[in-house]
Amino acid sequence: MRKVAIYGKGGIGKSTTTQNTVAGLAEMGRKVMVVGCDPKADSTRLLLGGLAQRSVLDTLREEGEDVELDDIRKPSFGGSWSVESGGPEPGVGCAGRGIITSINMLESLGAYDESEGLDYAFYDVLGDVVCGGFAMPIRDGKAQEIYIVCSGEMMAMYAANNICKGIMKYAQSGGVRLGGLICNSRNVDNEREMIAELAKRLGTQMVYFVPRDNDVQRAEINRKTVIEWSPTCPQADEYRGLARAIDGNEMFVIPQPLEIEELEQLLLDYGLMAA
Amino acid sequence: MGKAIKTTPTDPAVIKEALLEKYPPKVARKRAKQILINEAMENTTPEITANVRTIPGIITMRGCTYAGCKGVILGPTSDIVNLVHGPVGCSFYAWLTRRNQTDASGERGENFMTYAMTTDMQDSDIIFGGEKKLEKAIQEAYDLFHPKAIAVFATCPVGLIGDDIHAVAKKMKEKFGDCNVFAFSCEGYKGVSQSAGHHIANNQVFRHVVGTGEKERDEPFKINLLGEYNIGGDGFEIDRILEKCGITNIATFSGNSTYEQFATANQADLSCVMCHRSINYVADMLETKYGIPWIKVNFIGAHATAKSLRKIGDYFDDAALKERIEAVISEELPEVERVRKQISPRTEGKTAMLFVGGSRAHHYQELFAELGMRTISAGYEFAHRDDYEGREVLGSLKVDADSRNIEEIEVSADPKQFKPRKTAEEMAELIRRGLEFKEYDGMIKDMEQGSIVIDDLNQFEAEKLVEMLKPDLFCAGIKEKYSIQKLGVPMKQLHSYDSGGPYAGFKGAVNFYHEIDRLVNSRVWGYLKAPWQDEPELRATYVWE
Repeated sequence: MRKVAIYGKGGIGKSTTTQNTVAGLAEMGRKVMVVGCDPKADSTRLLLGGLAQRSVLDTLREEGEDVELDDIRKPSFGGSWSVESGGPEPGVGCAGRGIITSINMLESLGAYDESEGLDYAFYDVLGDVVCGGFAMPIRDGKAQEIYIVCSGEMMAMYAANNICKGIMKYAQSGGVRLGGLICNSRNVDNEREMIAELAKRLGTQMVYFVPRDNDVQRAEINRKTVIEWSPTCPQADEYRGLARAIDGNEMFVIPQPLEIEELEQLLLDYGLMAA
Repeated sequence: MGKAIKTTPTDPAVIKEALLEKYPPKVARKRAKQILINEAMENTTPEITANVRTIPGIITMRGCTYAGCKGVILGPTSDIVNLVHGPVGCSFYAWLTRRNQTDASGERGENFMTYAMTTDMQDSDIIFGGEKKLEKAIQEAYDLFHPKAIAVFATCPVGLIGDDIHAVAKKMKEKFGDCNVFAFSCEGYKGVSQSAGHHIANNQVFRHVVGTGEKERDEPFKINLLGEYNIGGDGFEIDRILEKCGITNIATFSGNSTYEQFATANQADLSCVMCHRSINYVADMLETKYGIPWIKVNFIGAHATAKSLRKIGDYFDDAALKERIEAVISEELPEVERVRKQISPRTEGKTAMLFVGGSRAHHYQELFAELGMRTISAGYEFAHRDDYEGREVLGSLKVDADSRNIEEIEVSADPKQFKPRKTAEEMAELIRRGLEFKEYDGMIKDMEQGSIVIDDLNQFEAEKLVEMLKPDLFCAGIKEKYSIQKLGVPMKQLHSYDSGGPYAGFKGAVNFYHEIDRLVNSRVWGYLKAPWQDEPELRATYVWE
């Protein structure tokens, strides 16, 4: 089983990209479990056809210790499983601690056991690496490969670089590796070249370039992945392409984060090239 | 460890060097500033570094901020419900461990000290926030006891997840109407020692309670006793003496205290500060806001007690009071002297080390001096430079980031309740006659030339000191007790007094003389030899042979 975590700046499209990719993998016959690690619990909406009814932490709170796997894991598109970690209301408690608790719960309930026949477990993680709890999926071998979703926008690239620092920290102790950058295009000038160059400087690759297409939003309104909503549209093929790229990926590295000056220069070089 | 083989290095510089020898250079440099050889200089006191962070890796004697706030300051009050917001251990292990006593003398006779109350936070409270659980716990405490006040204490996780305990306290106070609810942001990790917790506790008591009492206090010679925590019944003995002298103790902060006492403390005419470290800022605030002057007192040691009583007499400057104080002293002292004379031939010339508190390591030197014992090394766990060198260094103290992290409250004269207790002329006259206000000279000036003063002593240095100087008695706290005893040296706890006390006042002095006699003249320590020290090779046979 490959354990994959998706990180990236908030609002970059991690959940959308993850779910559409999982749909592609499911179509290829891969058995996938998606674990949403966002307290909003909205990481599996497209695969489930609506928001998950109850998160792991809700269940844990209401049922006490008497929790079974079927209480927290729901069947979703193409034979995949969807789990939402959940968490507190904004502004209270500790969401990071929640992620630690819910991943431990999934492990102890046997969600990752060989008998489950999983090919992939995907972790969709909130925003930047903000604290120890949010780094949970990349600790202790919980996730072995990371993909960072980014775009050619400055703050997305900053965030990607920052996440690489987190990966570097845990790569030495836990064996986690970076699988590549996924460029979720925002139609920025020279975006493809710039992200390819950023990936190179980080010591990794741009694993796929996902063009911008409003079919993604149309599918979202219908609570579906693009592949389910319109299997024949061009964007569905793009996600199939991303799914194949990840499925066939063999490049796993410990990233070398850039100094801020170097990152600024990169932006300047590619930004000015357009002008 | 027989007397005959005692080879004591006498040069304090050699001892200091030996203490630092094993440290890495940077650590040694830092510790060197906290280890001071007392050398009298021309009218100046040598400078020591204090109230700085303990270096990680060092096994410190210090406690945490929560311990200072909940354990030391609010722990000894009898009729305020203490509710700890946190996992159960923080509450349980801070429960009655300081042996504070109370006679439950509040008007309703309440005593909540024997209860350990906590929200018992669980994993899900950490994740989803603990405010609702805290609210329920406050309600439960209120329904059970209908107390005058409920105090809420934050433990480390509460600060990390950001529960707004002050908002919850305010909400519940408004809801109840007849119960004051206030909270303390005293997370254990704040500050460099428990000293920060004392400050946080005192600030909140001053802000939420002092001056709110309606009861008129019209007794004569009203004082507040600040920084007395009634360990082993010390406060009872001091109150006995004060009462005998005709002095009214309105409020003790906080030994055997009640909510009412705090609430009416603003009506005292004089504040008497015992533990300068834990509470001098409250004395200052009482003066600024209400006009109550303060003096330093010490009721540890019979002569120190007599001196402190005379200081109070001088302040009120009332012939009848002074006469009564003298009568009490001459009635009490002979018995103390009788016991002292009986015991001191056996204690004369013996040596002690004191590493405790923020005032005890200083105050107890009085009692040892009365027994003819020398304090060869001493230091505080959590004191600041002014407690070592005297208040004259206050102006030159560096305010570092750790101190800034602890709230300072600004007070000004209360428009209704401020009332100067003496006219400017009267104060000037008292000062001319030698009464010192707002004055504390610190520990160092009272210590012998060549004695070693060490701030924030740690386990390694303690063992090294004992090994080199072989004191006849070592005084510290529970964490040090058994490691010192294993070295074959008697050990007296000066936090909780083991199972003894009181040691304050006249009767306390007598108790202390007996206790020290028992400790330093016991032969049991001489038998504390491991078999291999006499006979390196152990021989045995099997039972069937």
